[in-house]
Amino acid sequence: MSDGADGVDDEGSDAPTNSGQRFDRLPATDDEREVPGRATREEVVGWWEERFGIPPETFDGFTFWEKGKGKIWAFHGDTVDPIRIEGLGMSFLRTRQEHWKPTTNAVQRFGKKANRNVVELSGETAKRFAAGEDQEVEWDGDWGYLVVAHELVGEREPMGVGLYLYGELRSTVPKGRQESLPVLD
Amino acid sequence: MNPLERYAPLVDDEEAFFAACERPLPSVVRVNTIKTTPARAREALDEEGVGYEPAGWHDEILKLDGRSPGTTWPYFHGWLHGQEEVSALPALAVDPEPGEFVWDACAAPGSKTTQLAALMDDTGLLVGNDNNLGRLSALRHNAERLGVTNLAVTNQDARNFSLKPFGSGQFGGYGYDGDDGDSDDDSDDAPDDAAREAFDRALVDAPCSCEGTVRKNPDVLDQWTMDHVHSVAGIQKGILRRAIQATKPGGTVVYSTCTFAPEENEAILSHALEEEACRMVEFDSPLEAVPGVTEWEGEEYHPDVTKAHRVYPHHNDTGGFFCAKLEVEA
Repeated sequence: MSDGADGVDDEGSDAPTNSGQRFDRLPATDDEREVPGRATREEVVGWWEERFGIPPETFDGFTFWEKGKGKIWAFHGDTVDPIRIEGLGMSFLRTRQEHWKPTTNAVQRFGKKANRNVVELSGETAKRFAAGEDQEVEWDGDWGYLVVAHELVGEREPMGVGLYLYGELRSTVPKGRQESLPVLD
Repeated sequence: MNPLERYAPLVDDEEAFFAACERPLPSVVRVNTIKTTPARAREALDEEGVGYEPAGWHDEILKLDGRSPGTTWPYFHGWLHGQEEVSALPALAVDPEPGEFVWDACAAPGSKTTQLAALMDDTGLLVGNDNNLGRLSALRHNAERLGVTNLAVTNQDARNFSLKPFGSGQFGGYGYDGDDGDSDDDSDDAPDDAAREAFDRALVDAPCSCEGTVRKNPDVLDQWTMDHVHSVAGIQKGILRRAIQATKPGGTVVYSTCTFAPEENEAILSHALEEEACRMVEFDSPLEAVPGVTEWEGEEYHPDVTKAHRVYPHHNDTGGFFCAKLEVEA
């Protein structure tokens, strides 16, 4: 579970760097950024709003942290910075790659407020998504990472993250979360 | 010999006790209130045609008939967590408030930890510690599946748990930079606003000989030895003492095990009451329980251990359990 290999060792360098050994708080804005390539709080909150329409105030009371290269964690509260522990809040978002990718757990937790780039599945297609299968789906919106939802007990409930490319919706539900579930009417 | 026989003198109805220990346990789930409500979780089970029976004593606990909870939609969404009925007791005894600083000393795989997070409304800072790195990944997996975001996961020996990562100065120096460099522009001498010195509450759900889980895992009896009881008792003493030391005066420490052995229960409490500034406090058990015992095989324990609860399998048709609540004194 260590992301240690991604981290640049602190020793022998004066420049602030990213580390796989500890959680560093994200800078609030570009002006406060010291570690090259590190996402800012403003960018992270802005990304969820721009991509999925999730209101920024959803994340009031949360602090954001990077441990390992581009792995962003959301913690509901505050603590000292930096902090050398194994986990802090929820693994939330992957940055430092061309397209940022939210985690399944983050989308399940926060995706209910999404109103953009949400694809709703039902019946057999929802079942296949939860089982980790890729499938052809009608979608005339943006390509890339989507919130994939279905209706459960009368409300839209996010299942996870889909990657939509070339007419195909790929399920990114992690192996450990994939499940063979009954088809709901 | 069946090790359970040693507890015959402690139980009211030997025959019922032994008979209950041989019956398998039903599949029980706890509703995760971070993601849903008990009413919606029940509706989701109804929608899928999964039969269940509310536990009766607690709104969030449901006994499923048949089916394993993992293959249901509400489970997939993190609305449900498989957790034995009786193991819901200690987090209720801890009774944390939203916003508090709470320690779960032996947290993996996380049923009680995630229950604590839900009781805290997923706010404050909950520290889930375990000394076993492999088990920590199960803790993280469960916590994230349930949408917990107030949890800090640590990998320390609970017997000498350090609060230094949380900014405590008790082992010298505020903050915790880990490296020796002074290149950071943060002032390392000033206490951080977010630093924390002591827990409001702690749960020690101690590693134990686990006889109380025999209905789930009959193998525990084959592996049971008196040597194991004695060796684990030493660890239990160390963890409970550290939990009391790391909790602020007036704070709560709950000690629980899933064993019937007084050597691992009342004896551990007696030791803590003698060595640390703390006292036993009464609390209500929502399940039928009997008081802790003050004598066992020639040993005498502190008279206040009667405030602890012993839960036997035949009383509520659950697993076996022990749970005690302490208050830390100045």
